[in-house]
This record gives sequence, C-alpha cells and structure tokens, in this order.
Amino acid sequence: MIYLNLFFGFLKVGCFAFGGAYGAIPLIRDVVMSNKWLNDEMLTYMIAVSESTPGPIMVNLATYIGSSQAGFWGAAVATLAVVLPSFLIILMITALLKTALKNKYVQAVMGGLKPCVIGIVFATGIYMVLENCVGRVFSINVNPRAIIITILLVASIFSCQKLTGKKLAPTRLILIGAILGAVIYGV
Amino acid sequence: MNILISLFLTFSKIGLFTFGGGYAMISMIENECVEHRKWISHDDMMNITVIAESTPGPIAINCATFTGYKKAGFAGAVAATLGIVVPSFTVIYLISMFLGNFLKFTLIANAFKGIKIAVGILILNAAVTMVRKMPRKKLPKTIMFCSGAAMLCIHIFDWNFSSVSLMLLAAVISLVIFMINGISEQKGSVGK
Repeated sequence: MIYLNLFFGFLKVGCFAFGGAYGAIPLIRDVVMSNKWLNDEMLTYMIAVSESTPGPIMVNLATYIGSSQAGFWGAAVATLAVVLPSFLIILMITALLKTALKNKYVQAVMGGLKPCVIGIVFATGIYMVLENCVGRVFSINVNPRAIIITILLVASIFSCQKLTGKKLAPTRLILIGAILGAVIYGV
Repeated sequence: MNILISLFLTFSKIGLFTFGGGYAMISMIENECVEHRKWISHDDMMNITVIAESTPGPIAINCATFTGYKKAGFAGAVAATLGIVVPSFTVIYLISMFLGNFLKFTLIANAFKGIKIAVGILILNAAVTMVRKMPRKKLPKTIMFCSGAAMLCIHIFDWNFSSVSLMLLAAVISLVIFMINGISEQKGSVGK
C-alpha cells in the first residue's frame, strides 16, 4: 500500500535526518531508490527545485515525492511523516526531559552519529559529481560538457569567496548552473 | 488576535520568505520571535539552536515547535509547525503538477542538466563546511573517514546497505568505545 510505504519511508528519514537538509539527502536518496519512486535524474532536479523554493528542503522533497506517487494525499502523508519525529522529539525535550541531551550516553551516541553523517554527505557529493562527469563504474561514459560545467561552477565558488569574501548562495550556484547548462548543452 | 492564529501566520510568513532552508530561517525566526514579537528570549533561541543540532529533522521545524509550545502549549506547537509547513507544501504541490511539462522544452531540459551538476557540487560544498566545523579529535575523524569510504563503496558498487544502518553502526561503536573508556578509567582509579 503506497500510503503506508510513503509514511514509513519518510518517518525513517525524519528520525535519522541529523545535520540539516544535506544530511537528509542521502537518506531520501536511499528511500526513493529502494522503492523506485523516482529515477536519479528527477530526484536531483527536485533537490534543486527544493533548494530554490521557500521552506525546509526535507519538507519540500517529501511533498514532491508524495505527490508524484499518490497525489495530494500522498504529499500530505509524506510531509506529515517527515515532520512528525522532530516535532515529537522537541516537544518531549522542552516539556519533560530538559537535560536529556546532556546525558553522557546520549552524548556518546551523538559523537558517533554526527561524524558519520558528515562522511555520508561527503561520499554522496563525491559520487554525484563523479557520476555526472564520468558516468557509473559499470558503464563509464566520459562527459566533456559536464566536466567543463563542473570546473566553471567550482571556479565561481572560489572566485566569489576571493572577490567578495562571502559564500556563494546555493540559489545563485543553481542559477549559474542553469545558465551554463542551457548554453553549453545548447551548442 | 488569538495567539494560535498569530503563531500560525508568523511562521507561515517565515516559511514563505526563506529560501534554502536551514540557517537562513534561523535569522528570520530570531528577528520575528525574539526582537519583534518577544515570544521567546535570546537565550531560549540559542538553546533551541543547540538542541536542533542534536535532534533530527529540519531546524526550522524544531524552532517552530519549541516557540509554539512555549507560547501556547501543545496547540501552539501544532499551529507554529503547521505554519512553517503549509506554504512550502502548497508551492511544491503546485510545482509537482507542472514540472514534467516544463521539462519537455529543450532549453529548460538543458538548463536542468546544468542544475544537476550544481546540486552535486552544492552537496560536496556542504560537506566541506561540515568538516571544517567538526571537532579535531581522533575518534570523530576516524568515524568520518570510515563511514565516508563505506558510503562511497555503497554508491559506486550499488551495495545493498542503507545509510541508516551505517549511522546505527557508528552510534553503537561510539557508545561501546565510550563505555570501554569508562571501565578502564574506573579500574585505573581503583588501582591507585
């Protein structure tokens, strides 16, 4: 039953999404791929759309994937499921267990979870860049246009940092990517 | 105005006008709830940011639930959380009905090919920022390297092992090491 699958899939995402939106992306990728809800292509597009529309990225992705699988109610179920764990946990901490997070065993668990999430996000980023530029390991497909765009995008991150001293906003990077894609894939 | 309606509307505004989620939202929440409406104190805001770092889920949801609960109990928490969710839900639901049609235009499809590359770089960039903020100790570094290497293999060779299992494994290992250290420290103090 699709509603149950959506509910439990996104409940899992909501329970383990430490480290903000980017920490959640590998989890969402896992759930989406193992259920074959979207292909890699569409999921990546949706990450960009979620980044460029208002609201938390996790909520946006849940809404979109739910809607693509089971219309309005699918979107509602997936969104509810992704929000529920953090809602309940915060409620519990503020109402009852004000010191739960200072417990040394909880701290020890956190000490393992946080660096693990960073490793997972790192690996997912590296894999996505590699996949775009040289394809998958069992079907190598070097893509010169993608390599050029990758180099230009990385260069724009560094030059923005150098010239203005500020980080390039994610929405700007997506905009630059869109323009480069339209131009370089257009010719 | 009824506090529940006021919570809902304020957080809807925050949900509607912050792009990119996460930390962009925190400054907007601070602005609205601490400075403008004085619903919570600056210290409360600091506390909830720290708590949000150690709890799962979107940081904006954590802040909304906390502020809503402080102001009006359970109903307040529901109103504030709904406030954050409803605008982005509506926007994305509308987009989901049209995105497929948009992608039929060659120009837009090409633009999305570029966007796809940007997303990969964005995720990598986020990871670099996270590493910079990480405590420079041996154990977290080792856990990060091992789980990163494992996850890369899982992606590349399409192994059937989920990132959640990897996280649980890391948590258990960290807990066991903590307990072993505790036991050896106790033995040390008995020996003296």
